[in-house]
Amino acid sequence: MNRRPVGALPTGLLVLGALYCLLPVSWVLISASKSPGELFTLGTLTPGTGLLENVRELDAYRDGVFWRWMLNSVVYAGGGALLSTLVSAVSGFALAKYRFPGRNLIFNVLIGGILVPSVVLAVPQYLLFSKLGMADTYWAVLLPQILHPYSIYLARVYASAAVPDSLLEAGRIDGASEGRLLWRVGLPLMVPGMVTIFLFQFVAIWNNFLLPFIMLGDDGKFPLTVGLYTLLAAGANQPSLYNLIITGALLSIIPLIALFLTMQRYWRTDLSGGAVKG
Amino acid sequence: MRTHRLALAAAFATLLAAGCGGTAESPAAAPSAPASSAPAGPVTLTYWTWAPNMDKIAAVWNQANPDIQVTVSKQAGGDDAAAKFLTAAKAGNAPDLVQAEYQHLPSFIAADAVADIAAETAAVKPEFSEGLWGLVTLGTESVYAIPQDSGPMMLYYRKDLFEKYGISVPKTWEEYAEAARTVHKADPKVYLGSFSSKDPGWFAGLAQQAGAQWWSISGDAWKVGINDAATTKVADFWGGLVQEGVIDDQPYFTPEWNKALNDGTQLSWPSAVWGPGVLESNAPKGKGKWAVAPLPQWNAGENFSGFWGGSSTAVSATSKNRAAAVKFATWLNTDPQGIDLLVKEAFVYPASGKGQAALGEPPAYFAESQPDFWQQAATIGSSARGFTFGPNVGVTYNAYKDAFDKALQDKSPFSASVGTMQDTTVADMQKSGFTLAQ
Repeated sequence: MNRRPVGALPTGLLVLGALYCLLPVSWVLISASKSPGELFTLGTLTPGTGLLENVRELDAYRDGVFWRWMLNSVVYAGGGALLSTLVSAVSGFALAKYRFPGRNLIFNVLIGGILVPSVVLAVPQYLLFSKLGMADTYWAVLLPQILHPYSIYLARVYASAAVPDSLLEAGRIDGASEGRLLWRVGLPLMVPGMVTIFLFQFVAIWNNFLLPFIMLGDDGKFPLTVGLYTLLAAGANQPSLYNLIITGALLSIIPLIALFLTMQRYWRTDLSGGAVKG
Repeated sequence: MRTHRLALAAAFATLLAAGCGGTAESPAAAPSAPASSAPAGPVTLTYWTWAPNMDKIAAVWNQANPDIQVTVSKQAGGDDAAAKFLTAAKAGNAPDLVQAEYQHLPSFIAADAVADIAAETAAVKPEFSEGLWGLVTLGTESVYAIPQDSGPMMLYYRKDLFEKYGISVPKTWEEYAEAARTVHKADPKVYLGSFSSKDPGWFAGLAQQAGAQWWSISGDAWKVGINDAATTKVADFWGGLVQEGVIDDQPYFTPEWNKALNDGTQLSWPSAVWGPGVLESNAPKGKGKWAVAPLPQWNAGENFSGFWGGSSTAVSATSKNRAAAVKFATWLNTDPQGIDLLVKEAFVYPASGKGQAALGEPPAYFAESQPDFWQQAATIGSSARGFTFGPNVGVTYNAYKDAFDKALQDKSPFSASVGTMQDTTVADMQKSGFTLAQ
């Protein structure tokens, strides 16, 4: 197939965009390979020789606390994203497929919720959790991230497009209960959308800094973001651990990349789009 | 329909914001009267600190004191640490012990977040210099923390390059300016130093040296004098050099600045006693080439310095085990074993006079070029002028960054930026309900 010349411009733009996104990552990769002595002496894009030494040092730092932070991040992001996806999918399904009084009000309030940045909510949430005696617990970071208005909004949009009313109607005629319709008809059709929501939420929680920073006092419960920050702001009277921070940042994006690569195959839309066609 | 929806959303957002504001401003759980009596059975204390290896130091203490177990939680340091502690105190979740930078201690006091431990600490007062003790009392009868580490300022300089460019160590700021011109003329790529618009603590230290008193307490009222003659003099001095182009305006601790220190295109740094750690990690090539001298003086023959950084150990007002907490803080900062651990494990320059005198081996970075590093530091440290920080240093420091950034950009006079700092600070204190003396 002949390429049309008009394709050059969009392709060029996309290449630029890709460069824009990949440059910082490659910077992290290259910088992580530099030993402390090389960090500020070698050219920005010249790889160094200290990657393994950096990883070893990071592994030894405070008896391997980095891996504990990594595990915490997995718990927060994995657990939080999973719960959040379920809650969003069920609420989105309900909002899309049922007509009930107050439906629009709820939806509008959700839209309003999207407009409120979660950063604004962190401190009030902290004060609330303190009242409940739950500050500085794993729940303090998990619970506030489960309800995510934007994910519910996405789920609703996806459910109205992906779950045909006629299919639900057919199920009802066959005598399926509403719960069964949700689990056996609705949610399976929504899987691609749910994967999207899961990935969004996972990345958002993985990268979240302010909420765990405020909620947690015990450094054994820190996620990676807050943990690495303690390395960065370690007071001026000792050498800053730049090489460990950059190496830590590099290691902390590996799970994200792995997740995206493995989840990609679930990201097939339109597979079930033909369920009622034809 | 669309506008309706947006209006609703906006209303909702406002409602939320109002709700948040209300929560945040509601009075904190009133600090209950702490039990000063020795509690029965083992007590557990939590300690927020960012000093490295503090968990190891606490382990030594825990071994010897089964009744008072200290759990260290390593936090990120700096301004964020102060904000986090204040938030936690407001919510009633403050740790028993907290590392408090001197400049943030007044904000803790104003928020009733730290306990007055004057009675328990009377015995350790002689351990510390007058200037340092003033930082934890704010010049009152109360004592709000025990000094932990200190940061007297001195001039770090490249010995070899000073010789190369034929300049001697400046004794006065006038000589410093002259040296800056000489160096920059000899090689336009090279600067004697840099003015940092991102390090208000550094500027505050230099202002202290010149005799500034940004805050003072008279009776119940605060007096704010950031735009006093001394501070204006310091600002105009650096502003003049920057205007002339003979001093760099690269903020400290940036990669560019690190590089300049490392490759020898910046020859000096007026900094604090904790400088070796920074130089070691950021300018590894300069090992054995840097030396220290007292800061240049404003008038020949004078001998003054200021403080940049340093922190103390405070006991939070809501701690249920105040006596035990003070006991640990006292051990950490005045007991020979505690100080020794602080120096060896946490790499701090101890606040205690005894601790400073006990320092022997210079930092490895200075072993060749300044073998008497600690003796120099002790001499310089004793010349550091006292200072009282105010309850909203964070606001003042942010104003510094904004105003001086702007001055650099617009090439406007630095003294105007000092005026902005004063106005911003006063306005914020008025808004927060502090009584201000005229």
